[in-house]
Amino acid sequence: MAEIILEMRHITKEFSGVKALDDVNLKIKKGEIHALCGENGAGKSTLMNVLSGVYPYGTYTGDIVYKGENCEFNTIRSSEKKGIVIIHQELALIPALSIAENVFLGNENTTFKGVIDWDETDRKARDVLSTIGMGSEDLSQQVQNLGVGKQQLIEIAKALTKQVELLILDEPTAALNDEESNILLELMLNLKKQGITCIMISHKLNEVSRVADSITVIRDGHTIETIEKTDKAIEEDRIIKGMVGRELTNRYPERNSKIGEVVFEVKNWMAYNPLDSKRKVINDVSLHVRRGEVVGFAGLMGAGRTELAMSLFGKAYGKNISGTMIKNGEELHLKSIKDAINHKIAYVSEDRKKYGLVLINDLKWNMSLSSLASRFSKHSVIDSNDEIHLTEEYRKKINIKANSIEQIVGSLSGGNQQKVVLAKWMLSEPDVLLLDEPTRGIDVGAKYEIYTVINSLADAGKAVIVISSEMPELLGICDRIYVINEGEIAGELQKDEFSQERIMKIIMNHIGREK
Amino acid sequence: MSNETTMNQRKLAMANLKQYGMMIALFVIYIIFLMLSDGKNAAPMNINNLVMQNSYVVILSIGMLLCCLTANVDLAVGSIVAFCGAAAAIMVLDYHIAVPVTFAIVLLIGILVGMWQGFFIAVLKVPPFIVTLANMLVFRGLTMVILNGQTKGPLPQEFTQVGAGYLPQIFMQIGGTKIEILALLGGLLASVVLVLLEIRSRRNKLKHNFVVAPIWQVVAKLVVIIGVLNFITAKLALYMGLPLVLLIMMALIIIYSFITNDTVAGRQVYAVGGNVNAARLSGINTDKVMFWVYTNMGLLAALAGIVLAARNASATPKAGDTFELDAIAACYIGGAAVQGGSGTITGAVIGALVMGILNNGMSLIGWSVDIQRVVKGLVLLAAVTFDLYNKRKSA
Repeated sequence: MAEIILEMRHITKEFSGVKALDDVNLKIKKGEIHALCGENGAGKSTLMNVLSGVYPYGTYTGDIVYKGENCEFNTIRSSEKKGIVIIHQELALIPALSIAENVFLGNENTTFKGVIDWDETDRKARDVLSTIGMGSEDLSQQVQNLGVGKQQLIEIAKALTKQVELLILDEPTAALNDEESNILLELMLNLKKQGITCIMISHKLNEVSRVADSITVIRDGHTIETIEKTDKAIEEDRIIKGMVGRELTNRYPERNSKIGEVVFEVKNWMAYNPLDSKRKVINDVSLHVRRGEVVGFAGLMGAGRTELAMSLFGKAYGKNISGTMIKNGEELHLKSIKDAINHKIAYVSEDRKKYGLVLINDLKWNMSLSSLASRFSKHSVIDSNDEIHLTEEYRKKINIKANSIEQIVGSLSGGNQQKVVLAKWMLSEPDVLLLDEPTRGIDVGAKYEIYTVINSLADAGKAVIVISSEMPELLGICDRIYVINEGEIAGELQKDEFSQERIMKIIMNHIGREK
Repeated sequence: MSNETTMNQRKLAMANLKQYGMMIALFVIYIIFLMLSDGKNAAPMNINNLVMQNSYVVILSIGMLLCCLTANVDLAVGSIVAFCGAAAAIMVLDYHIAVPVTFAIVLLIGILVGMWQGFFIAVLKVPPFIVTLANMLVFRGLTMVILNGQTKGPLPQEFTQVGAGYLPQIFMQIGGTKIEILALLGGLLASVVLVLLEIRSRRNKLKHNFVVAPIWQVVAKLVVIIGVLNFITAKLALYMGLPLVLLIMMALIIIYSFITNDTVAGRQVYAVGGNVNAARLSGINTDKVMFWVYTNMGLLAALAGIVLAARNASATPKAGDTFELDAIAACYIGGAAVQGGSGTITGAVIGALVMGILNNGMSLIGWSVDIQRVVKGLVLLAAVTFDLYNKRKSA
């Protein structure tokens, strides 16, 4: 029996009454690579943040026993002192500083009183970089000139200088291509040989089954099971079953779909990254939506669903967009967002605070914003009576809980804010609605109400596309699902074929496909 | 229900109180200087000077408020004021172009200068702070160049009329004092209009079942505003009547209040300042908004340049120096949010008046210009600190 380096016991963590982690137990053996798997929002990152002191001791309940010692970490620094280092999905590098400076960021080699010893810095940086196979790199080079793959390695170098014993990697290969991922995975196996224990969070099950010695599956804030690698590799299907195996209860309103003819169709849609016009973000996507139909876009984070929806919405995202868009039999050539709105297309963004609302303004102003020119004004002069009447009507219609339409939206709850965004787009009277994560971060009751609104929109003959990272939600409210991965349509599921395993399998097959 | 109504009314009263806070501060500052200067700042001639001296800052503040709404500023306005004033003086004195034609051309120059700034800001996406800082240097330099570093004057009476002239006057002798009747009548007429507008807006709100302020509050507000208004017009009547710039300012305040409150364009400026991403995804061409905000600023800077040159009867290379700072300070003192997205035209005008009354009062009691700067700086600092503190507390 191998030595246990870390044990997390009965960890429970709440965010304003919602349990993100509920009595989670985790055992990590010394010198192994341990993978954490689970859907988006299952609680993997939260658990790692508890471990590394991002959420300080006292904000959660339960015990962390590390090397036989009960630990109470209050900051990331206190966990780093013990040799626990976390590398987040968003890299913590300073783009304009050199490689050497980044490697020792927050951990500088100093002579006395905070003066940096550059010789020592360069010598040590050279040493640590050669252990990760980057010995030939120019140390004075700015980090922003490196690719993401190398940046990820720099992060690991940074961890190594902190005498890391337990390294936590959150989605380390999410942004990497196959070759870069390979280098990283090899490095992980190398570090293992040197006796460093590693926890990795990953969606890429093929990588997990390749390098992991054991896998813990987390679902809805609970640890479901830990699968040990025996003599043969762990099968991906086995992991998927653990990840999604949950029962659906009656969390979705009844829906009698009355589906009509195709109203919205996209053919051979392509889009490139606006910052890097050689990188294809959307590749040859063709899809259609019928009148009264709710179509889901399933996929992992970063699959390109938001990018696809925004590129359709008057080129709000992307460069060199090509392809055909047909609405009600008429081919559209949208040049701007305004154009899209005028052609009765609406896009509800995934981040309501950042992209959906003007938080310092009231309900009325927010709800009228996208149809000011078309509906609330004559000769550019706003008809404030119309504005009051219509926004009040919609407030009642979808039951936004606010004192009045003159309340500042920043003071509303998340669910009600989301309803304000929906009302805004309903007021623009669209035929096609693109709803991006319409229920993100809102409670179950508000979710149900949003689903009801989506149903009524479909019943009114609109074509609705819903993007969601919560698979059960898509299964519950959609008539048909497109599975999207790496900017392509990886598969399509009809209602009678719906299951989470199928969606996951389509994604995994697409990730593992020959390129 | 009744409980909720009184609660909403109380909230509304608090909001109104905040809105009138700066107006009350303005009043208090005026009273303090009234006592310190032994009533000198209430003399008819001084009231007249207050109006004329502050007209350009008020005009600039109106344009600057739109910049502030987008969470930016225009540092070049002082230089543009000087440049436009110089261009006007040269056209009239050296090229003998008719005054009305000159005015039209100068306003056009202002628009072009604004478009030049707007092009860099909206199309080339250079931060407004940098663009306007650069143009502050460029147009100050150009002013020196076209004036050869000399003052150009004197300007003909037809020109100076705009900055130093009066509306038609009818003087009457009443009880031994000479009084300009039209100023008095103008004040009374404006009072009647204010009352009618208030009644109309209140009726409209009641018709839509909206919460309205209690009647005593409305009456109190009207009494104060009408009192101040008629105090000013009465004082002006005792001097030379209504200055032409007063009419220009009033017209601008009404036009721009209308634009910001009641037009799609105005609402778009607020949306861009409040959340540029949300505005863009709601179909607003945010670049276009930025372009026109700075173009508009150019136009108003040109107008201020004409008024300033007219009042001084000449154009000087140093004209309009630090006016941009006065205008920016006026907006923030008047409650515009530093983060953008909130602020009003009336607020900016009141801010400008606070600065003006401070300047005027301190001059009257003989404080040096150096001390005046210190006081103005502290007032700005206090006003914005107070505003931010208040917001944080209520958040």
